[in-house]
Amino acid sequence: MDMYREEILDHWQNPQNFGVIGDADLVIEQVNPLCGDEVTFYFKIDDGKVKDARFTGSGCAISIASASILSENIRNKKISALSKITGKDVLKLIGGKVAPARLKCAFLALEAVKKLDISH
Amino acid sequence: MKTSPVDFKKLRADFPILSRKVNGRSLVYLDSAATSQKPKQVIESISNYYKNNNANVHRGIHTLSVEATEMYEAARRKVADFVGVNDAAEIVFVRNATEALNLIAYSWGRLNISKGDEIVVTVAEHHSNFVPWQQLAIENGAILKIVPILDDGSLDEEAFKKAITKKTKLVSFFHVSNVLGTINDVRRLSTIVHRQSSKAIVVIDGAQAVPHMPVDIGKIGCDFYVFTGHKILGPTGIGVLWGKRELLEVMPPFMFGGEMISKVSLNKSTWNELPWKFEAGTPDIAGAVGLGAAVDCLNKIGMENVRKHEIELVDYAIKRLSKVDDVTIYGPKDVKKRGGVVAFNVGQVHAHDVASILDEQGIAIRSGHHCAQPLVDFLGIKSAARASFYVYSTKEDVDRLVEGVLKVKEVFKVK
Repeated sequence: MDMYREEILDHWQNPQNFGVIGDADLVIEQVNPLCGDEVTFYFKIDDGKVKDARFTGSGCAISIASASILSENIRNKKISALSKITGKDVLKLIGGKVAPARLKCAFLALEAVKKLDISH
Repeated sequence: MKTSPVDFKKLRADFPILSRKVNGRSLVYLDSAATSQKPKQVIESISNYYKNNNANVHRGIHTLSVEATEMYEAARRKVADFVGVNDAAEIVFVRNATEALNLIAYSWGRLNISKGDEIVVTVAEHHSNFVPWQQLAIENGAILKIVPILDDGSLDEEAFKKAITKKTKLVSFFHVSNVLGTINDVRRLSTIVHRQSSKAIVVIDGAQAVPHMPVDIGKIGCDFYVFTGHKILGPTGIGVLWGKRELLEVMPPFMFGGEMISKVSLNKSTWNELPWKFEAGTPDIAGAVGLGAAVDCLNKIGMENVRKHEIELVDYAIKRLSKVDDVTIYGPKDVKKRGGVVAFNVGQVHAHDVASILDEQGIAIRSGHHCAQPLVDFLGIKSAARASFYVYSTKEDVDRLVEGVLKVKEVFKVK
């Protein structure tokens, strides 16, 4: 059961940075039309850097855990660096093996985060 | 139809795929509502057709073309008999149930639905029986009315009656729900529609009914009925539209091209007779042959027996799953009122996670919104897991499913 390591389940049960930023500089919504999973990211941006990132949404353990882990990882990162994050990086961050059918779940948050560079 | 007992266990030997392993375990295939597995009789019929008879239909003089045409049309006759249709020309071969519904929406719908007309569907439709009507309503300025379901998963018949007015032009609903398993009394509903609006036609989505129970379209009293071949042991790529001859006769073609024409001159064309008017281009001949073989298999088993077998399995599955704490089962509790699907959730665990953990144990189920987002929203859930059965399913499959669900609870620490 490599996909569901303890850490993933912890993030699923207690996602980091779960919530809304009322005065967010940018809000990005991402939906996986295949399964209906959705995630909304809220960003505070200062000096070209991510000062705060929070998210809300509903989805499976993989998509919630990857959003949680990613939200921690991108804090204080330059916005220009975000578009360089690859799927491989995300898989490394979440650590476990993700079944091919579930890659879309793992990358849902990444797709939202990558839009930040384009939208900003 | 045969009612003699059938050895369903023995039947499994006809399905080559059932002997394979998935993730080190013997395959437990509980996703037949998505697509059924294929018996060797169907697989061989297609292979034999390509080996011995392959040619294009309806246009050649040579022997192979005559044979291919005979086989294609014989399949149509078999399908007609299988679902209680006398006039085989009312059976139009399409790609799948989705295409059949789109054909009605484009051809009948665009001709007959105009501003202010009302279309009635239910909240529990598969997207294929929802989006075509939603889009038709948007395009032609019609009103789409959506009938809710009751807490027990059955259709809200009072709301259904109220929704149908003199302005109603088209009413479309499922025969068996692909999520809840609810069986609609399609005969009674058709009568209600025709009694309340003389102008309204009734369309029935039979994709989840025809595979699992005897269906006699001639006795329902509907105007259109659609289903697909790949859910009834047949190959993918072939589906069936049945329509009343008088409606099909006046409907414009959905696609233009070869096969569907009668005469073509520079400025105008006339259309072929039914059903070929709606079968533009080279059809799925091998698919039709395979579908015919699938119908033979089901006739041999007997649809009454199929239904009995599935009632037993659903009953067993519901009994066993409801004994597992934190498992929520959706749909009617009375197994006589539901088809061969059991949708459920395990605690707060997302259905995709349930499906992943089951897959690791070689168990195939469906998870997600089941192409029925309006229904899933209506139920107030995000997704559901669904186990669905067919002729080759066994109680041992259900046991493995329950074992798998316990594993899900263990991994996710659901107490």
